[in-house]
Amino acid sequence: MHKQVVYSIQSPYRQPMDVIGFKFGKGEKALCVVGAMRGNEVQQLFVCSRLVSRLKELEREGCICEGKEIMIIPCVNYYSMNIGKRFWTMDNTDINRMFPGYDLGETTQRIADGLFKELQGYTYGVQLASFYQQGDFLPHVKLMETGFTRHEEMKDFGLPYAFVRTPRPYDTTTLNYNWQVWGTNAFSLYTNATDDLDECSAKTAVDAIIRFMVRRGIVKTRVGSGYMTEIISEDRLLQIHSTSSGICRSFVKTGDELHSGDLLCEITDPLEGDIISKIYSPVNGIVFFRYNRPLEFEKSVLYKIIRL
Amino acid sequence: MTTVIASAGLAVNERVEIRRNRITGRSTEKPSGKRVCIVTGTHGDELEGQYVCAELARILGENLSQLNGTVDIYPAINPLGIDSITRGIPLFDLDMNRIFPGTSEGTMAECLAADIISDISGADICIDIHSSNIYLKEIPQIRINEISAEELVPYAKMLNCDFIWIHSAATVLESTLAYSLNVTGTKTLVVEMGVGMRITKEYCRQLTAGIFNLLKNLGMWTGEVEEIREPIVSGEGTVEFVNSDADGIFVPCVEHWVEIEKGEHIGDVINPTTGQTVERVTAPCRGKIFTLREFPIVYGGSLIARILGGEENA
Repeated sequence: MHKQVVYSIQSPYRQPMDVIGFKFGKGEKALCVVGAMRGNEVQQLFVCSRLVSRLKELEREGCICEGKEIMIIPCVNYYSMNIGKRFWTMDNTDINRMFPGYDLGETTQRIADGLFKELQGYTYGVQLASFYQQGDFLPHVKLMETGFTRHEEMKDFGLPYAFVRTPRPYDTTTLNYNWQVWGTNAFSLYTNATDDLDECSAKTAVDAIIRFMVRRGIVKTRVGSGYMTEIISEDRLLQIHSTSSGICRSFVKTGDELHSGDLLCEITDPLEGDIISKIYSPVNGIVFFRYNRPLEFEKSVLYKIIRL
Repeated sequence: MTTVIASAGLAVNERVEIRRNRITGRSTEKPSGKRVCIVTGTHGDELEGQYVCAELARILGENLSQLNGTVDIYPAINPLGIDSITRGIPLFDLDMNRIFPGTSEGTMAECLAADIISDISGADICIDIHSSNIYLKEIPQIRINEISAEELVPYAKMLNCDFIWIHSAATVLESTLAYSLNVTGTKTLVVEMGVGMRITKEYCRQLTAGIFNLLKNLGMWTGEVEEIREPIVSGEGTVEFVNSDADGIFVPCVEHWVEIEKGEHIGDVINPTTGQTVERVTAPCRGKIFTLREFPIVYGGSLIARILGGEENA
């Protein structure tokens, strides 16, 4: 393993922020994994740290394929992580809205530029992504349909579901989109946590990435075969919105199989305790996303269901 | 008359409300049938528009007989942001100006955005007032996407601003309020002026006078208007950006909106611990400084100034 600073920035009041990359193997740039770009992506940091640990073992055992190089960047923005902030410490901008970056631009544009120069040229890219919505997700892999993508390769992660997303205007400045445009086949990998650790889904993510590397000829090791991945488009997901606000008590969890008419949750009046509304599943399906905060607002997305 | 044009229930005994003050004229002339919308409060830390809205409401309210048509004022389309001094939408850490045109099938913020678009659509002109952020001070200016320039510049010139900046199109900006309205046929002008978390009365009065001039030109206002200044109209290539390369505190030595020569001293970046000047910031071209850093702490890359002049004078 070779540990290197892939980008560094100075602060007038803190130690320099050195973005660290861990490289395994030598040769063709085969795969790069980027972890926490936001200060709250603790689970994404954790997954990367487990991956670095696993790759150290694999390297010791001679399991990195000849002529293949892997790079893992666990944390891009630890300045924010160390002070409990999600976006950039000073101006609250999002590094993952600054790609491909600009070396003469604003601070986060410069960070994105410095990082992106190091990230280019890899055959595969994996970003450990997070959602802005508070909730639990089934672990899955996603790619943006940019016209440069190879959907079938998503199956090599062996996760139950893989999504193809049509980019929206704000997606065009993300790492994943720009990776694709610059020739890397890039995937976003989601576990079911962000601010907190979920060891089970972290293990699922690490195994999925190792499995992908095995199937793409980057490492040689034994790993479970995973799932027969189903690739689904976003229109298969049915969003269930709340029709009233209050305290939400959910009766289902992610991965549960639903029948049309099953009770999903009750919304109660936060002051008087009366049940204001009950929300039922309108379809047969699988719970893909569940809002997990007790207080909820009108029109919140409470569930996303994969229609069966 | 103040009306709630969009709302959604919050968790405990409260609704978020987007309010519109509709001021309808009582002119005795033939009705113009025209409507102008004034929108602000998209970013909770931008407050200059609050005073413009207040002044407009006050003056129009006192002179309804001179108004022929309707002026709709939306002082806070991100009311929770303004209330909590939060730039984005507090509940989601989302930029309100990146979710338009919204959708009635979406999340709470997307539903509110869709209702706002629906309410403004069809107006003759919409003016979307911003005030930079807490880091930068801006001279009163209109920003126009190049794809709408031909149609919008004549109206922008009526608004008594110092500068019209025609910038290049960027896909990411397609989710702004102004873009969403312009592509669906409602002419929308974006004003940037002043600095975040402050009210600069001089700028607010300047823009207010410009809005009355616009109303006059649209045949909606029969009252007096002030003499209007002629703005400089500039394209992308004539604006030069000055970013810090060092980190420290920036101390300017020039005034805002002054002429400056190429190589002239703009200010210094100083190490606050040692007192050493770590960067002497100079002008890369001759021109006028229309953006100047207000917040002193800088990292490498922090924007110090924008100079109108750029390639023409480099």
